[in-house]
Amino acid sequence: MVTRLVPPASDPVEPGAFTPITITVNGESVSGVLGQTLAGVMLGANVLAWRTTRRQGRPRGAFCGIGVCFDCLVEVNGQRDVRACQRRAASGDVVVSQGAPPPREDR
Amino acid sequence: MKVLIIGAGIIGAACARTMSRRGIDVTILERGSAVGATSSAGEGNLLLSDKAPGPELALATYSLDLWRRLPAALADEIGNFTSIEFEAKGGLVVATSAEESAGLAQLAEAQRGAGVEARLLSVDETLELEPDVTPSMIAAVHYPQDAQVQPTIATEALLASARAAGARVLVDTLVTGSRRDASGRVVGLTTNRGDFDADHVVVAAGPWSGEVATRLGGTLDVGPRKGWLLVTTPMAHRIAHKVYDANYVGAVQSDGGERQFATVLESTAAGTVLIGSSRENVGFDADADVAAWGAIAARAVRLMPALRDAAIMRAYCGFRPFSRDHLPVIGADRDVAGLWYAAGHEGAGIGLAPGTAELLTALLLGAPTDIPAEPFSSLRPSLARAA
Amino acid sequence: MTPDVLVIGAGPAGLAAARAASRVGATVALLDASDYVGGQYWRHLPASRAALDQSVLHHDWSSFLALRDEIEGDPRCDVVTSAHVVAIDGDGVHVLIGASDGRDRERRVYRAAAVVLATGAFDRALPVPGWDLPGVFTAGGAQALAKGERVAVGERVVVAGTGPFLLPVAASLGQAGSRVVGVFEASPASRLLRHWLARPWEFGATPDKVGELARYAWGQLRERVPYHVGQAVTAIHGDDHVTSVTVSTLDSSWRPLARGSRTIEVDAVCLGHGFTPRLELAIAAGSRLSAQRFVEVDADQRTSATPYFAAGEITGIGGVDLALAEGAIAGHVAARGRADDLELRHARHARHALVRFATRIDAAHAIGSNWSTWLTPATIVCRCEDVTFGDLLRVSRQSRATGLRSLKLLSRAGLGPCQGRVCGRSVEALLEVRAPGGHLTGGSTMDRRPISTPVRLGELATWTTPEVRKP
Repeated sequence: MVTRLVPPASDPVEPGAFTPITITVNGESVSGVLGQTLAGVMLGANVLAWRTTRRQGRPRGAFCGIGVCFDCLVEVNGQRDVRACQRRAASGDVVVSQGAPPPREDR
Repeated sequence: MKVLIIGAGIIGAACARTMSRRGIDVTILERGSAVGATSSAGEGNLLLSDKAPGPELALATYSLDLWRRLPAALADEIGNFTSIEFEAKGGLVVATSAEESAGLAQLAEAQRGAGVEARLLSVDETLELEPDVTPSMIAAVHYPQDAQVQPTIATEALLASARAAGARVLVDTLVTGSRRDASGRVVGLTTNRGDFDADHVVVAAGPWSGEVATRLGGTLDVGPRKGWLLVTTPMAHRIAHKVYDANYVGAVQSDGGERQFATVLESTAAGTVLIGSSRENVGFDADADVAAWGAIAARAVRLMPALRDAAIMRAYCGFRPFSRDHLPVIGADRDVAGLWYAAGHEGAGIGLAPGTAELLTALLLGAPTDIPAEPFSSLRPSLARAA
Repeated sequence: MTPDVLVIGAGPAGLAAARAASRVGATVALLDASDYVGGQYWRHLPASRAALDQSVLHHDWSSFLALRDEIEGDPRCDVVTSAHVVAIDGDGVHVLIGASDGRDRERRVYRAAAVVLATGAFDRALPVPGWDLPGVFTAGGAQALAKGERVAVGERVVVAGTGPFLLPVAASLGQAGSRVVGVFEASPASRLLRHWLARPWEFGATPDKVGELARYAWGQLRERVPYHVGQAVTAIHGDDHVTSVTVSTLDSSWRPLARGSRTIEVDAVCLGHGFTPRLELAIAAGSRLSAQRFVEVDADQRTSATPYFAAGEITGIGGVDLALAEGAIAGHVAARGRADDLELRHARHARHALVRFATRIDAAHAIGSNWSTWLTPATIVCRCEDVTFGDLLRVSRQSRATGLRSLKLLSRAGLGPCQGRVCGRSVEALLEVRAPGGHLTGGSTMDRRPISTPVRLGELATWTTPEVRKP
């Protein structure tokens, strides 16, 4: 399974100079390009899933890519419930997998 | 005995279950779908905390006792149904001003006299129970008896139980009028799906009950009192109790002349937090109202600043069945024989439903009631005065 | 904020509406949630990531550039990007300006003389066993990642679903370096031929046809991809990400045939079973919907709620040229332009031809009634709340409920963060046929969302108005 950034050298859009950025995802450094969304950076680095669902703990990453499905929610710089596919990444962003609250035990 | 119940909300469902389990032949006539309106638009409050000593508190205490026994009873009756999420989580009423604090202490003392557990807490004790309540609070009262259910599931469970006991639930069935005998007694209903016979007709149509009563030739002053609720996305953060501001009691008891706001916060089993609520008498207008949401949000953030960053994904409104003296009408129409009401519970209908069903069933059967029924009669003086 | 015309959504319809309104002298505010204009159709790289030639990724890039340049250079048109419309009520259109899902964003209330809703549509993806595995994307999502991020979603990819849109998606994937090992169109050949080839003279009447777009897409594919009709991805396999798919041959109702199923190794899947219009703002505005659940408009693109107009995919799925024509009409009329205007007449003429064409495409690619035979009891239907097909069957059977509200709360389908945007129509369809009486009652659908995009409680807390502040 590989998701990746199109290699600039072979990209038909002929990309110009770009600004590299680095974010951390659950403590690990991930590199991307200024102008990418958080989802773009993660997928570009072959990170496919960054959340688990509440009831079954199933992995979720990007699905609709346009802000509709809310699969890609992450915590960014201490703020939860940010759609990774809608938020432009900035160097130094701290992304944490959104801890899906487990079902309550005390019921 | 044949009974027609108009409305498949929590009150109609509870009445249908109780009656059908006493051998009464019950049919519910619902113009839309079951639990399609008020009963699915609220928090599922089973509260003693917001009631001053009097008949409503007596009905609430009686009902809460019935609610506690319902999960086990329903398991016997309908087996493996979706959980109604009954939770005796307790209520915490928080005062943020000296004035509120004095009123709250007074109310709690009176409630204790009526048998309600109500413990006055210091700031430290409060923060121990709910660490995210604003530290600028003055006082709080803990009501361990306050509880919560998922009202939509609870109503469906009551309906399933009623069906299992032989009741019929007809949806898409609009009642258009009453059929009378020569003496003027109601002996049935006309609907868009034909005529139905009955020995008794019960109006349990929530905020539409006044309108339905008029259509049947009866008299009932119950109409809509709108309220908004906000819902957060599922959160890791848990609010352990039902948390209200001390204005809640005042707003509940207000006359409806102007828009009221009072905060109620609670986590649901699904991880969302429900944030309420508003009260206003503006008819059945369900249009969005950003200013109302803003006022609810502002109060909520004052009471629990940690919620400031919570994402609100939904707002929904419902219409409480408003009765002018804040008491439901449970009993016969003042003039028309065979016509009964179980309506006007305002925001307390979920909590009061099982007691209402017991009371009305006893009245229909001419049996003694467990608690006095006179305060809920359509002939009570407070209704005449209010009119 | 009181422009003459407020346009919500800066895709083709919204851009055309803004241009038309400004051309007849109106002041315009054009809002879009993205940080640039273009919408999903003209999704591209942001200014911070320059590229010499994005035209290779777009069929009609030059028309976009012309439209964008005219609007962005227009002093009468205020282009407001990163504008998130939260709600519409009697007071106006309530907007937050700032980062998506941010906090403490600027609040604005627009009270315009006319509002053009051009909120577009998003891909519908039918539930398929395994469709929630990482590596499965909506077709539009994969294309957005290719065009807007230059990210390839996989090495070996299948595209499956229905509609002419699958081809340009395959083309975009190819241009990002993925190998598209198959495009699977579920509609049977007989239905495609019946609707595509019927009344061929209508092709000639459309100024810019979907067929042309398909040919363009075809030409862009680096290698010919196998295009199969009457076949579908009916199961997706893998442990923590996609490793293979089952492709089945379908009958005309989309029920898999006993023979003709095979497994293909892939590392990504793109699903697109048509589109769902973004209706929440139109519903909040009070605009009436058609039986097919699009916004109803008259010949001037007026909705039933004054002063709201609608244009583009929310009035019916019709493609870019129809969206441009509808936008031009809506903008012109909303700005009270002259009824005998030449451009308006051109737009009306184009719309007339394109609507007929769109109706045929729609019929050719209608969702088969037996798609649910793909599902198993364990198949996730609601991705947010992990609600399975089996859960839906159980609550429907146990409760015999006919009301969507009850069924949602019993199962929790549609109650998660996406609020039923992804699963809503599928859940409704699955429950409808199982409800006692064969239909849901009460008229409620999942389309009504008074809050159209999440807002932080702290932001909402500043939205009290003087009217509410009275003691």
